[in-house]
Amino acid sequence: MNEIETKVRSFLGKYVSDPEVDGDLDLFSAGLVNSLYAMQLVLFIEQEYGIQVTNEDLDYENFKSVQAIVQFITLKQK
Amino acid sequence: MLNFDLTEDQIQAKKTYQQWVDQYVVPFADTFDEQQETPQSLINQMAKDGHLGALVPVEYGGVGLDPLKWGLFCEELGRSSASLLSLVTVQSMAIQTLVKWGSTQQKEKWLPKLATGETIAAFGLTEPSVGSDARNIESSAVCNDDGNYVINGKKRWISFGATATLYLVFVQLNNMPVAFLVERDMKGFTAEPIKGMLGFRSANLADLSLQDVLVSEDSMVGKPGFGFSHIAATALDQGRYSIAWGCVGLSQAALEASMDYASKRVQFGKPLVEHQLIQEMLTEMIVETKAARMLCMHASFLKSSGEPSLIMETSTAKYYASKAATKSTNSAVQIHGANGCSSDFPVQRYFRDARIMEIIEGSSQMQQIIIAKAGHQEFTVQQRERNAQSNRG
Ligand SMILES: Cc1cc2nc3c(=O)[nH]c(=O)nc-3n(C[C@H](O)[C@H](O)[C@H](O)COP(=O)(O)OP(=O)(O)OC[C@H]3O[C@@H](n4cnc5c(N)ncnc54)[C@H](O)[C@@H]3O)c2cc1C
Repeated sequence: MNEIETKVRSFLGKYVSDPEVDGDLDLFSAGLVNSLYAMQLVLFIEQEYGIQVTNEDLDYENFKSVQAIVQFITLKQK
Repeated sequence: MLNFDLTEDQIQAKKTYQQWVDQYVVPFADTFDEQQETPQSLINQMAKDGHLGALVPVEYGGVGLDPLKWGLFCEELGRSSASLLSLVTVQSMAIQTLVKWGSTQQKEKWLPKLATGETIAAFGLTEPSVGSDARNIESSAVCNDDGNYVINGKKRWISFGATATLYLVFVQLNNMPVAFLVERDMKGFTAEPIKGMLGFRSANLADLSLQDVLVSEDSMVGKPGFGFSHIAATALDQGRYSIAWGCVGLSQAALEASMDYASKRVQFGKPLVEHQLIQEMLTEMIVETKAARMLCMHASFLKSSGEPSLIMETSTAKYYASKAATKSTNSAVQIHGANGCSSDFPVQRYFRDARIMEIIEGSSQMQQIIIAKAGHQEFTVQQRERNAQSNRG
């Protein structure tokens, strides 16, 4: 598990009962997170990594699972 | 070290807002309430003095006010007129949404106009059949062959909907919530003023009707599917933040009016303020106004650093501050007796306006649902961490 994934899971741990979910699991369609989580995730990514999530990034594929979030942060950091 | 004191700069800003409000709003707020309209001249004055676009970043011609100063400004407006507070609230909701999710083209086109007040914006989410369950709005957009969108639907109770020229409107596109910027002069758009409300009587409310309103793709804010979770959520967070601070001002106004009245009104040979049952009401007002202000200060601190918990703490502040305002203004009417029920005193307006605060920007029940859920989640996490610790130990 890389450092980003550890932090993402630690953040997720505040919202779901078991943050050790499968990395590919779709958190939204599995009903694990609510709509308030969505904006908190944006704030977490921005605050933790100093990147701006913009309208261009509004793609479900960027946020749906732990792996997707990790990949999104990694790409945005480049 | 924790420090709750305002800096010299913040104290100065608060004084400036106080003076502005005392000059332009306090003497006229009851009249506007009676007339059920905020006059354009006052809106122009706000615009001229840079208050309407204060949150617009400097690069787009605004003041780029920080969250705390914005809160102090909202507190002062709330102290004078909840209706006027709602003007800056809806304007700021549109501004924050565009700053966060607008395209470069949308920012360049609208933010400078929102900064100067040349454009007044309104927020169109609620519909005749859909309020709290906002995710299930019925207004819809359909994409044309040429890539433009046709919007149909109705929006209800839209603050300053009768005044605005730009509307952030939420609709469904193939069952996905999405936001569009709709302009007043677009064909098929009409705004019908609403009168006779209990409170927010000079908030220039309107019913909006959209009949085959044609908008281009450039008018879409964000992307389909994100209209509620991200776009409306950003606007509503800003709305709750402004309203929470405004409720502190409203409670403060109720307290000040009550102190003044209770010092002067004599019954049973002594001023009301010396009667212990009156003191009980004053005490609750003092403590709850302070507590509401502290919750708002906390939310502003989190907002300044972009801390994810700001969303829940803003909701908590709005919930508490609106309840405190309802209670304080209710006590203010009680302390004023029959005078409190008459139009000679502003407390009856405070009381009516406070009643609205628990309904808008997510009703008290909606806040209770999310606050309790978040609290339960926090508890579960704590338990998990404690268990993990004791297993390690
Ligand atoms: C003065 C004023 C200004 C406004 N300005 C705007 C504006 O600018 N833009 C805009 O879009 N809207 C605006 N609104 C509308 C406002 O946002 C809605 O009134 C609010 O969301 C509540 O919706 P509703 O009135 O349809 O009540 P409903 O959703 O029908 O609710 C009625 C009651 O039932 C409760 N309730 C609903 N669901 C539940 C549940 N699951 N559990 C427990 N209780 C529940 C509610 O809390 C409420 O007490 C304004 C309203 C007012 C009064």
